Amino acid sequence: CTDLDLEPFNELTSIQVYEDFDNYIQVLAKLYGGLAVSGQSGPDGRGDIGGQDEGASTYLRAYWKLQQLPTDEAIIAWNDEGLPTLNTMTYSADNGFIAAMYYRIFYQITLANEFIRELSDENMASRGISEANQNTARGYRTEARFLRALSYYHALDLYGNVPFVTEADVVGSFFPEQIQRRDLFNYIESELVEIIPQMVPAGQHEYARADQGAARMLLAKLYLNAEVYTGEARYTEALAQLNEVIGAGYSLEPNYNHLFLADNDNSPEIIFPIAFDQVSTMAWGGATFLINAAIGGDMASNINFGVPGGWQGLRIRPEVANLYPGLNGEPDARGWLYTSGHQADIESVSTFQDGYGVVKFRNVLSTTDARPDGPINDHVSVDFPMFRLADAYLMYAEAVLRGGSGGSQAQALTFINELRERAYGDASGNIAANQLNLDFIIDERARELKWEAHRRTDLIRFGRYTGGDYVWQWKGGSFNGASTPASRNLYPLPQADLIANPTLVQNQGY
Amino acid sequence: QERTVTGKVTDLNSGEELPFVNVSIKGTTRGTTTDIDGNYSIGVQSNEEILVYSFIGYTAREVVAGNQSVIDVQLEGDTKQLDEVVVIGYGTQRKADLTGSVGSVTRGDFNVGQVTNPEQLITGKIAGVNITPNSGQPGAGARIRIRGGSSLNASNDPLIVIDGVPLDNSSIAGSANPLNFLNPNDIETFDILKDASATAIYGSRASNGVILITTRKGKRGQDLSVNVSSLMSVSEVTNTVDVLNPDQFRQIASEQASPAQQALMGDANTNWQDAIYRDAISFDNNASISGSINDIPYRVSVGYLDQNGVLRTDHMNRTTAGLSLTPSLLDDQLKINFNIRGALTRSRFADQGAIGAAAVFDPTQPIRDPEGLGGFWEWRNPDGSPQLLSPRNPVGLLEQRDNRSEVRRSIGNLQLDYSLPFVEGLRANLNLGYDISRGEGTDIIPSTAAAGFNQGGSISPYAQNNRNLLADFYLNYVRDFGNAGRLDVTGGYSWQDFLFEYPQFPTVNEEGVELTPAGIETRPQYRLISFFGRANYNLMDKYLLTATIRTDGSSRFSPENRWGVFPSLAAAWRISEEGFLADNNTLTDFKLRLGWGMTGQQDIGSFFPYLPRYTVSDNAARYRFGNTFYNTLRPEGYDRNIKWEETVTWNAGVDYEFLNGKVFGTLDYYYKRTNDLLAVIPVPAGTNLTNQLFTNVGNIENYGVEAAINYNIIRTNQLDWTIGANFTYNRNNILSLSNVAEDAVGILVGEISGGTGNTIQVHTVGFQPNSFYVWQQVYNQDGRPLENVYVDRNGDGVVNEQDLYRRGFPDPQYFFGFNSQLRYNNWDFSFVLRGNTGNMAYNNIRAANGAYQGLRFPGYLNNITSDILQTGFQDYRLRSDYYLEDATFVRMENISLGYNFGNIFNSNINLRANATVQNAFLITNYSGIDPEIPGGIDNNFYPFPRIYSFGVNFGF
Repeated sequence: CTDLDLEPFNELTSIQVYEDFDNYIQVLAKLYGGLAVSGQSGPDGRGDIGGQDEGASTYLRAYWKLQQLPTDEAIIAWNDEGLPTLNTMTYSADNGFIAAMYYRIFYQITLANEFIRELSDENMASRGISEANQNTARGYRTEARFLRALSYYHALDLYGNVPFVTEADVVGSFFPEQIQRRDLFNYIESELVEIIPQMVPAGQHEYARADQGAARMLLAKLYLNAEVYTGEARYTEALAQLNEVIGAGYSLEPNYNHLFLADNDNSPEIIFPIAFDQVSTMAWGGATFLINAAIGGDMASNINFGVPGGWQGLRIRPEVANLYPGLNGEPDARGWLYTSGHQADIESVSTFQDGYGVVKFRNVLSTTDARPDGPINDHVSVDFPMFRLADAYLMYAEAVLRGGSGGSQAQALTFINELRERAYGDASGNIAANQLNLDFIIDERARELKWEAHRRTDLIRFGRYTGGDYVWQWKGGSFNGASTPASRNLYPLPQADLIANPTLVQNQGY
Repeated sequence: QERTVTGKVTDLNSGEELPFVNVSIKGTTRGTTTDIDGNYSIGVQSNEEILVYSFIGYTAREVVAGNQSVIDVQLEGDTKQLDEVVVIGYGTQRKADLTGSVGSVTRGDFNVGQVTNPEQLITGKIAGVNITPNSGQPGAGARIRIRGGSSLNASNDPLIVIDGVPLDNSSIAGSANPLNFLNPNDIETFDILKDASATAIYGSRASNGVILITTRKGKRGQDLSVNVSSLMSVSEVTNTVDVLNPDQFRQIASEQASPAQQALMGDANTNWQDAIYRDAISFDNNASISGSINDIPYRVSVGYLDQNGVLRTDHMNRTTAGLSLTPSLLDDQLKINFNIRGALTRSRFADQGAIGAAAVFDPTQPIRDPEGLGGFWEWRNPDGSPQLLSPRNPVGLLEQRDNRSEVRRSIGNLQLDYSLPFVEGLRANLNLGYDISRGEGTDIIPSTAAAGFNQGGSISPYAQNNRNLLADFYLNYVRDFGNAGRLDVTGGYSWQDFLFEYPQFPTVNEEGVELTPAGIETRPQYRLISFFGRANYNLMDKYLLTATIRTDGSSRFSPENRWGVFPSLAAAWRISEEGFLADNNTLTDFKLRLGWGMTGQQDIGSFFPYLPRYTVSDNAARYRFGNTFYNTLRPEGYDRNIKWEETVTWNAGVDYEFLNGKVFGTLDYYYKRTNDLLAVIPVPAGTNLTNQLFTNVGNIENYGVEAAINYNIIRTNQLDWTIGANFTYNRNNILSLSNVAEDAVGILVGEISGGTGNTIQVHTVGFQPNSFYVWQQVYNQDGRPLENVYVDRNGDGVVNEQDLYRRGFPDPQYFFGFNSQLRYNNWDFSFVLRGNTGNMAYNNIRAANGAYQGLRFPGYLNNITSDILQTGFQDYRLRSDYYLEDATFVRMENISLGYNFGNIFNSNINLRANATVQNAFLITNYSGIDPEIPGGIDNNFYPFPRIYSFGVNFGF
């Protein structure tokens, strides 16, 4: 008896996986699912990344926190290590949530690299995959490249100068080289430009999969922020992509509130969602977090959020609440805040009722205002609209105002007033041409897109995130707000990776 | 006719007069004892009568009376201590011949009282062995550390071998402790192998020491002996968490809470902690029959234990049965050792969440409420549904949750030891063994309970099956070359296979609707194949040499790294046998031991860490494409080069004995260094399919001193008093953690409550593992902590994560045990005292509940720990080192008083009774319930009860 070769049960070796074409779509589903769930058991268990709370470190939840918590749109009551310093923009390179997002990004990238590598034409041919299946698989490969570009875009925006790996880097022990922000910008641009023609045309793919619309939207965002990333304006290129997106057949969801409900998978406005399902795609992050963390006090007793309780965490800071003409969704439907028992000012960060509640994401059907059938728990079926048409409209207007060619102010005004008509229910909120300027755009973006994980990027693009010109409650750590250094426009690379990879250089100011 | 014989009894070596020596006439009931000067006088009826002189600690002598009237006798000190045989890996050895560090405890020295688990028998008894119960739950296991841990993320548990069958340390679903199945009454000895020269024969499982358990057997030629014992015990909680009482709570709420929050208060006065605990009664009954039929020694035992926990609804009962047969055939050439035992354990596990809930539940609310949920008062939303963030009614948690399990386990082995007829001194030994267990249970929460209200209750079945098969074979050859010494050589082969099955079930509600789908069933398996050898060489009983080697192959590693070689070498010099000490009557035995060895660690948690694998998601972690949900396939992170963790141990020790066993003990110094340390570390982002990889990265060292001393103060047949003490100093130190940088914060560990994902400990290079990692609290002039004011240790003007510092660690730097056994005629009295110092505990209960924040959660109120009266904190300050406390303690582990009634009712039935108090008292400055917490984080800890027990034992 000297046999020590055992085989795992209910698991496949990588050779077995790629010999059978039927497995490919399941690996692709993991690449998409990595944006939504925390691991291989729902809602938790067998987590993808370690060293962090599994639910708190899911992709969307971490991304959302980094994009929202240091800004004027949101604050969180919880004491979880690292959250208080995110609230106040006083975090350090040891912050766990900054590390969680970073590792989630690179988890997606390495997963995509592995998939792209295994699905090379040579590999597929050598495994005897049929020509028809190879064609289908090439489509998967393109989607994997899109997902990799999306995560690299998040890395570019949040961390700037990060380690860089592609499918050429096999799994092993080595130190990936750090890429500079400008070079990473160029890489993402070239990837997207190359894959867009290979992708399914906008709106033609099956639900929740990336198509040309998603890729062009991502490319447009890259161009819109190019001045921040590279110092070079690319508004004209942004408009070119936005024109393609806007012309692709999407249309605004007639009722603003329906965009964030359990049946928003039917919305004609959503260009690229992260899909959740209260039975089949369960996690403690994503929409489950967004809905539950926003509920506290008697909010759930008066408004049906479609979940049994709340986690008493998230509120809006008064500076953004004040951008709305009213607090109860009248006349602007987008300003539906919860004020009963709450006060506007956030005197105590840990007190949930300091700061108004936000009523936006709710796990109910637009038709019945009731939770979808099934077991009642914290989990939800609301899809997160990562890209949607209204954002494209606002980006269009901004690119035009910033001097991009390929669009017009008149068209921009039309788009903006379409959004306002939807919000007000009539033309009473419409603006005149002379009101359309960049100051209006940044405020309108907050009104339209608040809590959709855009705010930090937007404030940076408008020069309002750091410094002392614009402050909000608890910015910099004081109640009335304080100036913060410009180095905070980038997050630090996590200390853990600086140690694991000594070739990395920390971002300035950390 | 009767005449009188007188005389004096003295010690052969010292010439000292010996009092209280038994002098009796062989074959009669006549006898006497010597007086204080060693003189005796006894009647003799014939010259043929034989006088027997016996005395504890001395070899008995027999003298024929003859016609003498004065018989002076010299008794020789008993060297039994040295002739004792201890069990070592794959064989036995005379204690005198040991070159390694081995601690043994036999039945007579076991701890008494309500002993549910085997390890409780030896708690506090052996130097270098620290046994910390995991909780006060019935049947809960213990954390056993032999000379500290030698690993970070791989197992630090010792290998446990029962009658030659090595166990896997993993637990079984539905059982609180993997050793729970073994009835402590069936155990004869514990032999604990501590240094590498003793353990290296177990190769890749030996880095954390080896515990060899030998069960009781019948003896050849033994008369039928029946033993029946019964023990009843009562457990009580001695201490609860210090929280505000209802009056204090009302007062503070009126000052600190908003009017809306104050309106939530009720008018009851409830002590929630009193409500969840009870005085728990347990019974433990055992019967055994042993003897010898047709020269086949046998022992049959049965046991039934019924134990209640101090936490209400916690209960377990265990039925055990064991059979051992130890016949010798073919003129004793073939020795057979057959053991089989089984256990059926039924448990109901109380919801231990009640412990934390009881500490913080609003004391102004009543326990019961006819209109509440299932009859319990709960925090509820205006629509009547339970408030989900608030604590649940602690009594409701206990009474409304029904988590029951049943675990069956059987372990057995057949050992054949054959002395080969054609070569003298050569024998072959074959050992076949198995260990099979099946655990299953169901956790039910009804829809009437707050926890089950929204989803219509929940029914969660669980199960686990383990199977461990063993075959080993060795040859042993012993030859005495006279003046050239004695050689004892063993060589063998071992095969062991471990299979685990984790069947998965969906959780459904009372209507059968699936709440969470079944997980993906896994059946991890690993196999070990080993070749081992040992040579002992003994020259003139003075110079002793032991060399062992083991080659282990483990299926956990890739073919390139699969095999490891683990050698050891040790020498001992019995200096007391040298001429200059041979006649020394004071120092009667003195042995110097030196050992070196290398051991490995393959118990790394993961089963195929080297293999690129894909795992499938369960049905609740699918992703949607179109209208189809796909189960995802995930590539797992892997380390193709992962290999054994290797620990090199140095040991230097002495064994000493004074005055023929009056005082004896050991003193050892050890140094262990683990190379290729297995740890979970962050990998460079982008290089693997995970962010943290279990890999060989660093080094850890530990070193220490351990000492044991035993003193037979008095030994007469009336009075016998022995005391023993042991002391251990141990330090662990992380030497390196990654291949590159050493100045890192390290790896954050030690999850705490009071938020999500918070940790309080860190593994850092240059520090003890699990060092506490905290902010340094600033205090005002009155010594009160200033809220949220910490020392800006790096002086950058901001207090953030980079101002955390390391302070203290949870493992004791020093620990000791002290025991005393006193017998006077038929009375006996013993106690075991033990303690730890040099360690700290984090009071997580205070940190997570000691702030006015508890009064500000919308819709409910939380009680506050009493330290609020000193701190006045508004918010919870989890990372303040204010909550870090010295965890030094001294505990009276047990005190026992027994009386032997002798034969009762004029029969040959012997009756013994004893009364024991376990955990009799605790001396500590720690502010929580108990400072002895495995891991050092005090969070809703199930308190160790004080246990009063009374037992009787009949034997005939």
